[in-house]
Amino acid sequence: MSTVLTMAMPKGRIFEEAVDLLRQAGYPLPPEFEESRKLIIDAPEAGLRFILAKPMDVPTYVEHGVADIGIAGKDVMLEEERDVYEVLDLKISECYLAVAGLPGGNYQKVAPKIASKYPNVASHYFREQGQQVEVIKLNGSIELAPLIGLADRIVDIVSTGRTLKENGLVELEKIADITSRLIVNPASYRLHALRINELVERMRKLVDNKGDVK
Amino acid sequence: MSKPFVFEKPAGMRDTLPAFYQKNEDIKNTIKKEMESWGYQFIQTPTLEYHETVGEASAILDQQLFKLLDMEGKTLVLRPDMTAPIARVVSSSMKNVAYPLRLAYSSPVFRAQQREGGRPAEFEQVGIELIGEGTSSAEAEALALMTEVIKKSGIQAFTVAVGHIGFVQELLADILGNDNRAAELLRYLNEKNYVGYTSHVKELPLSSIDSQRLLKLLDLRGGIEVLGEASALTPNIKGQQALEELKTLYKLLQDYDAAQNIVFDFTLFSHMSYYTGIVFEGYAAGIGAPIASGGRYDDLLSRFDRKAPAIGFAIRMDYFIEALGSKNDSIKKDCILFTPERRKEALLLAKSKRSEGGNVVMQDLSGVRNVDEFSKRFDEIHYLIGSQQGEDL
Repeated sequence: MSTVLTMAMPKGRIFEEAVDLLRQAGYPLPPEFEESRKLIIDAPEAGLRFILAKPMDVPTYVEHGVADIGIAGKDVMLEEERDVYEVLDLKISECYLAVAGLPGGNYQKVAPKIASKYPNVASHYFREQGQQVEVIKLNGSIELAPLIGLADRIVDIVSTGRTLKENGLVELEKIADITSRLIVNPASYRLHALRINELVERMRKLVDNKGDVK
Repeated sequence: MSKPFVFEKPAGMRDTLPAFYQKNEDIKNTIKKEMESWGYQFIQTPTLEYHETVGEASAILDQQLFKLLDMEGKTLVLRPDMTAPIARVVSSSMKNVAYPLRLAYSSPVFRAQQREGGRPAEFEQVGIELIGEGTSSAEAEALALMTEVIKKSGIQAFTVAVGHIGFVQELLADILGNDNRAAELLRYLNEKNYVGYTSHVKELPLSSIDSQRLLKLLDLRGGIEVLGEASALTPNIKGQQALEELKTLYKLLQDYDAAQNIVFDFTLFSHMSYYTGIVFEGYAAGIGAPIASGGRYDDLLSRFDRKAPAIGFAIRMDYFIEALGSKNDSIKKDCILFTPERRKEALLLAKSKRSEGGNVVMQDLSGVRNVDEFSKRFDEIHYLIGSQQGEDL
């Protein structure tokens, strides 16, 4: 059966690594793939159709079933808690979620304020630590918040730590390691089991081999 | 909060307009007829139930329940599913009717939106419960009926995945012994987080054979051969029993001619926590969520003090209809446009057409502003206008 699988890809940081991985797994993707501004790209030879979405939206497309599979960061999975299968750790775009703040800051306030692009992750984390905090949702440049007094601390992803450093912030606690994951819609997982299994296995081999080389 | 506009409805609530209503009714009737022909009797239960009884017995998350207070301050819920209310009925109003019972329902259920739109908070379920029957025959009957209903409604491409909660629990218990460790892994499976499951298994102090057995669980998906693979994973007696059950079930389904669309899938975990044995879900091409689901729930009835094994399934009407696509076989509708002097003639014509089973609208011509626009809604128009007798213009 030659069903076309729809795959939701995250634009931006993860995109190129994900495309690389798919090519290495033997899926012929058109060369103009990276430059195109289109939001829907067909790769008929690979039997795939790609939709290019904001990273934070990938699990949404997959949960609603308009995409069968997708590539999403674990940070997004933790934040969104969507009803999708997380089948494979692709081990790309490694980074981690952390709490950061000004060095020597006073974190014992009555109502500590936390700024984050990940309000669910942040409130969940502090709850588990036994702290009640107030979370302020921001959409980017989170490092600004403690610098100008919007919040005491931030929860954000850290890859090299350079942004924190250049803005005079220090990492206080690490929350979780993050890599990109292959995710699957529950209905598609059964309806297109053969095709999806094949894709997962090809990717798994690749990822496992990579791990060995390291 | 601002005052709602007149056109606004609570989140997830939808109107059903004539075209969709008709389609929904037609398909529902096909489904109900099939269920009735298998001897299932339809019942209805109240929209409101007590939170402490049905609300807590239902497997729907507490935050998804619509709750309100009655005049005495007791918490009520809008029924979030039909299985728990039917368990209540069977153990109270029908307490003296001997098992096995074959009951069916066709009712809206209510589940509050947690996050966003795009999914209804009220939707119809048509389903059956076969209560007081613990045999494989009962399981085969439920699955065969579900398959038959899907086929009869006209959905061609579909898959029914069958899993077994009991087997998975036995396998984990057999390898891990300790309930806490098994619970942790079950949580990952429930969350559909296989990456978490895999890395957790690798961290456990187990022999490599045992880790392999745990990891292999994720691959137990496919045809009948999967049962063999599963059997190799555990010598556990209850686990083996579960597999025997499934093998028998498959044979029985072949007898029903309902085995073609069945796949086995031990990674299938339902949201419904009351399931104890086999669980199953039906999927149709192009629909991102199950169109039907069910399973065995042998412990639910004892919550209502009438212990019994039971099995059931529900069709989710909204997804089901989506899967059928937009087949446009709307019912033929006639219109008689008349002027008052020919009203009697119009009445006679309408009566005779209606008695033949036709749907006929009678419309006084002077009550319509734009006749052309109005006429477009009908397949045929009969004009009984002016004083000339018996002439169709």
